[in-house]
Amino acid sequence: MKLKALVITAPGSNCDLELCEAFTLAGCEVQSELLVRLSRDPSQIDRFDLIGLPGGFSYGDDIAAGRIMAALIRESIYPALAAAIQRGVPMITPCNGFQIAVQAGLLPGPAAGEPWSSVPTEPCVALAQNATARFNDIWTTMEIPTGTRCVWTRGLETTVDSAVLPCAHGEGRFVADEETIALLEANGQIAVRYGERDHFNGSMNRIAGICDSTGLVFGLMPHPERYLHWTQHPRWTRLSAAQRSGDAPGLQMFKNAVAHASAARNASGARANS
Amino acid sequence: MPTAPSPKSPVTAASVIHRVEVRPRRGHHDPRGQSVQRAIESLGLARQPKRVEHAAVYLIEGALTPSEIDRVANELLADCVTQSAEVHASNRASRPSVAPGSAIVEVHPLPGVTDPAAESVQAAIFALIGREVLVRTGDRFDLHGVDKIVARTVGERLLANHVIHAIHTEPYFPSAFPTGAPYALSIRHVPITTLSDAELEKLSREGHLFLSLDEMKAIQAEYRRLGREPREIELETLAQTWSEHCVHKTLKSTVRYRELSNDPAFEGQWSLVADAATRPNHEVSADGTVLVKNLLKSTVAASTHALMADGIDWCLSVFVDNSGVVAFDDEHAVCFKCETHNRPSAIEPYGGAATGIGGCIRDIIGTGLGAKPIAATDVFCVAYPDVAEVPQGCLDPRRVLNQVVAGVRDYGNRMGIPTLNGAVWFDDNYVGNPLVYCGCIGLMPRSCVKGVTKRGDLIVAVGGRTGRDGIHGATFSSAELTDTHADEFSHAVQIGNAITEKKLLDAILAMRDRAEGPLYSGLTDCGAGGFSSAIGEMASEVGATVELDRAPTKYQGLSPTEVWISEAQERLVLAVPAANIDELARICADHGVEWCSLGVFGSEASDITLRWHGTEVGKLSCEFLHSSIPMPIRDAVWDASWAAQQRVTRRPPRYTRELGPTAADALAVLESLLSHPNIASKAWIIRQYDHEVQGSSVLKPLVGESVGSSGGGPGDAAVIRPKKGSDKALAIGSGLATGLASDPYAMALAAIDECVRNLVCVGADPTHIAILDNFCWPSCKDPRNMGALVRACEGCYDASQAFRAPFISGKDSLNNQFVTVDGRTIQIPPTLLISGFAPVEKDTLAVSMDAKRAGSKLILVGKTSNRLGGSHLALVAGSSAAGSAGSTRIPAPDLKAGPKHAAAVARAIRAGLVRAAHDCSEGGLLVAAAEMAFSGKLGLALDLSSMAVDGDPSLLARCFAEDSSRYLLEVEERDVAALTASLGEVPHAVIGAFTATSELTLGGASTKVAALGEQWSGGFSW
Repeated sequence: MKLKALVITAPGSNCDLELCEAFTLAGCEVQSELLVRLSRDPSQIDRFDLIGLPGGFSYGDDIAAGRIMAALIRESIYPALAAAIQRGVPMITPCNGFQIAVQAGLLPGPAAGEPWSSVPTEPCVALAQNATARFNDIWTTMEIPTGTRCVWTRGLETTVDSAVLPCAHGEGRFVADEETIALLEANGQIAVRYGERDHFNGSMNRIAGICDSTGLVFGLMPHPERYLHWTQHPRWTRLSAAQRSGDAPGLQMFKNAVAHASAARNASGARANS
Repeated sequence: MPTAPSPKSPVTAASVIHRVEVRPRRGHHDPRGQSVQRAIESLGLARQPKRVEHAAVYLIEGALTPSEIDRVANELLADCVTQSAEVHASNRASRPSVAPGSAIVEVHPLPGVTDPAAESVQAAIFALIGREVLVRTGDRFDLHGVDKIVARTVGERLLANHVIHAIHTEPYFPSAFPTGAPYALSIRHVPITTLSDAELEKLSREGHLFLSLDEMKAIQAEYRRLGREPREIELETLAQTWSEHCVHKTLKSTVRYRELSNDPAFEGQWSLVADAATRPNHEVSADGTVLVKNLLKSTVAASTHALMADGIDWCLSVFVDNSGVVAFDDEHAVCFKCETHNRPSAIEPYGGAATGIGGCIRDIIGTGLGAKPIAATDVFCVAYPDVAEVPQGCLDPRRVLNQVVAGVRDYGNRMGIPTLNGAVWFDDNYVGNPLVYCGCIGLMPRSCVKGVTKRGDLIVAVGGRTGRDGIHGATFSSAELTDTHADEFSHAVQIGNAITEKKLLDAILAMRDRAEGPLYSGLTDCGAGGFSSAIGEMASEVGATVELDRAPTKYQGLSPTEVWISEAQERLVLAVPAANIDELARICADHGVEWCSLGVFGSEASDITLRWHGTEVGKLSCEFLHSSIPMPIRDAVWDASWAAQQRVTRRPPRYTRELGPTAADALAVLESLLSHPNIASKAWIIRQYDHEVQGSSVLKPLVGESVGSSGGGPGDAAVIRPKKGSDKALAIGSGLATGLASDPYAMALAAIDECVRNLVCVGADPTHIAILDNFCWPSCKDPRNMGALVRACEGCYDASQAFRAPFISGKDSLNNQFVTVDGRTIQIPPTLLISGFAPVEKDTLAVSMDAKRAGSKLILVGKTSNRLGGSHLALVAGSSAAGSAGSTRIPAPDLKAGPKHAAAVARAIRAGLVRAAHDCSEGGLLVAAAEMAFSGKLGLALDLSSMAVDGDPSLLARCFAEDSSRYLLEVEERDVAALTASLGEVPHAVIGAFTATSELTLGGASTKVAALGEQWSGGFSW
């Protein structure tokens, strides 16, 4: 049976269709739902195996990227999301989703070993305006730190040609105080870094993405959901057929999460049956 | 989230204004402050601030408790990690302070000006704590080490536009917001039936109607017939509906054209008089003049209809709807519209460009039963950054370009539409009339191509509220700009709110894609003329009764006339069967979209009745409105010498080069051409656009070795995969040949040939190219400009026929000239943008322009002449110097060769023989070849001796002539024979080979490829 993926949208969302396509190509049955409809009955969230907060924009982002959506999530479905993560649901939040997740208290999440509570944690990291004060659409090289807990980036191919991801944001500069960063580094919660040459937005420690202490919740400024087909690669016309074989790395991330979720479900299913 | 509370609900007198300042915490970056400091440095003021700090200012009027305002400030407005909030209340003593030794400048939108951030905050406060408040926003900049005078100067020159902004040098902290007074109905009759001709002209001018005397007399006759005077709202409606912008009077008029045939400059140019007999609706008179009935219908549209009669069966809807629609595959159609928004952009570039792209997007949403926007394009024509003189009443070209880019960026990115094809063209004659072209492409089910308004359908307005925005926008676009236009027409400026339009789009798609089919029977967008045009068009067959008082307004006090003609953005009108209203209400509520029923379509006499709280305020006959506009005969003369003289323009010193005859000289010129802003990389623009949103891009605007911030090369056209789950692709390109404006006939041929080349180079199918025309012209009241327009239209007809590329849509803007304080008239060059799109059979068949591998050969397809007139070589070296290297004549595009070359190159690409293909255009062969080399990080050894030529061009002409119909192809050595066989009769030659070296060599001279790449990347980077 196919796993069920939920994509949470809001007035003004975009990049939700790319996220839906990613879950679909990774083998999921996808439902896209407006936050306002979920808020009427947050228990709808309980039937999903994976969750995504789309990138792009939400509510116009005139105050700051993700600000209003984050405030509304804290007010409405946060407990249902926390419960879902607690029961092992992988969650991805690219770009605007990442900006929402850090302000809603979904990332970096509870300290290692602590359970997810229904009360949102106070934001302790931020995605501030790019150092250039400019929106920038650019593909960058990326590094997956060894020993990251992130289930999404696990075992990801990082050959020269595929270790790139598309970025498109004006507010992606990762900021946190020294202790927080040290803790994230020590816990293996840094999931993605920008390559040395392409450190374009001024993020601390070149951090492009982080995960919670369980590795289930993955937030990043790049858009893996825009790297599902090789023809999305900026220099695909220069790659050999061999280099273009297999899944594009963006899609691999989603397949990783789907594999993790189905393994978890089978395990719990097995326990239930025994 | 619930929609914002209605500002019409007055906030209690007891209420307070809270002022919240949000700024970076101490020790945190202030990118906005720093970027403003950099911008101030570029102003070259005597006193520079030591440091600039930015704070966002929110003024919130409403009864909020201290804990509520604290929550708003610290949870909603400020980020607790990087920002701090400072709160003051108007009923408390404490006031925001200004640090000693510094001055501040605060910029706030004027009352009534759209303030998107304020609307978001209002809605968010309502959603979070259920309070209805009024919000205004602003920006505070603290300038350390300067005084108020400097601060104000910075505000005026850099931060604010007095048309929409107020500048304060103290913290702005009003005790209450200005609110409009309620409107008391008074129906004004405008005496017209007894006026003399002079009085009619006066009324037209002073009432900003911009109607001609003939048109005023037609209206006078109609009201004499009716035996009454027109009411103001009726006159305004006629002015809107009959405006150049709405009915394209000039292009649809009958034209009497003649040629000054014994003018030496005319020698060798194409002659319409000689060629008219074979053309539809063209009559040659005995006196040697040509009479063309309905210029547009007899040229641009005539070609399309001839092609459709001759087997082209994929045009689904042309010239009738908000955009042109063609088949994409069996299930889906694609549509394309390109608009200009020149006047508003001249006065307020940011708002003008944003509402330009916003309006074009709405044209796509409002096509048939609704299309989903999938891509956007933008082309800007501006004066050089170092223009010799910026006349009073004009904005600095650098500011114009920065602001139009920001406008397209902020609107397109928020809408989630990739802006992925464009160009920038520089000419000092655009200083008073910058051109802003915005294009949009949509995807729709083929079942949604046409909608029909039915009698009894409700008139439903959805989206943004109505305000005084852009009143007279349509008529304004017919006026000539003068140094006072900014003040006179400030009310015609519109500010966009992308989020409102995005919500509108999502709601419309939800209504369209429901299982039972679209819940409306027709829709159109509110563009120029607002409701008067939108409802007027939809009701043209059936009539309507409109209850204007029902329209939600941004503030109180609007008159029925203002509601009727307002051009407030982000509004659509739907025709909805009454049975579907409840479902429409549900969908709108979930998407946070406002809607209202404005009345009903269908009336006995098929006329339009306008009412205000039940009282009739106006009545118009659709027949008179839409079919009675007088079409006078216009005079057109082709004066070739005058046209050539008009095109003699200043050479910007920065790009000027001396010209020598040798290969080394050619390579020196190459460097200055690559850094010329028409040719240099537009990366700084491209990367501000989210050109990959929707995840459909196959070929992006920059291709080749382009990971990271630098590198790459200019793709010829963008390629996207519009449908998830299908690998069929769509190529989007354009052609602009303003260099040939001294003969608009040749210019039109060259622009269409270039558009076709761009599409063919990326692997598109040349048998399915659909194109669009956008004319931007100086005043056509001057018969010489009208003559130029006729020649451009005839060129469009001939090239469209030759390439079998139908026009599917078009637009014109025909009064682009600026009168300076001292009475000089600056006319723009006649400018014709051709946009085009065509399918690519499969995404993996797309070809990029970057050279792929050392050892492969470079093949030039097409002939090169010694004609250097209008070339970029002439731009940098001067036409006389260029003349010494060849002829000063402009190239003559060959309509027999062009289509053959396109077909042959497409065949070769389809056969897999081509590793890279690039169009030879701006700057000529050497520029295009260099671009292929540096974008592929390969060397290139050139030998131009054996290339196909027309006459005996000099080395410089071989390098830099800009003849049409030429392609550069990278072909692997083993495939050269097969390619030659496949090209057959088409002239072509091997002109070089790509190498593993770092050099580009030409006849013994050489230069570093990387250095060329840097010239191109750095030449025009802001």
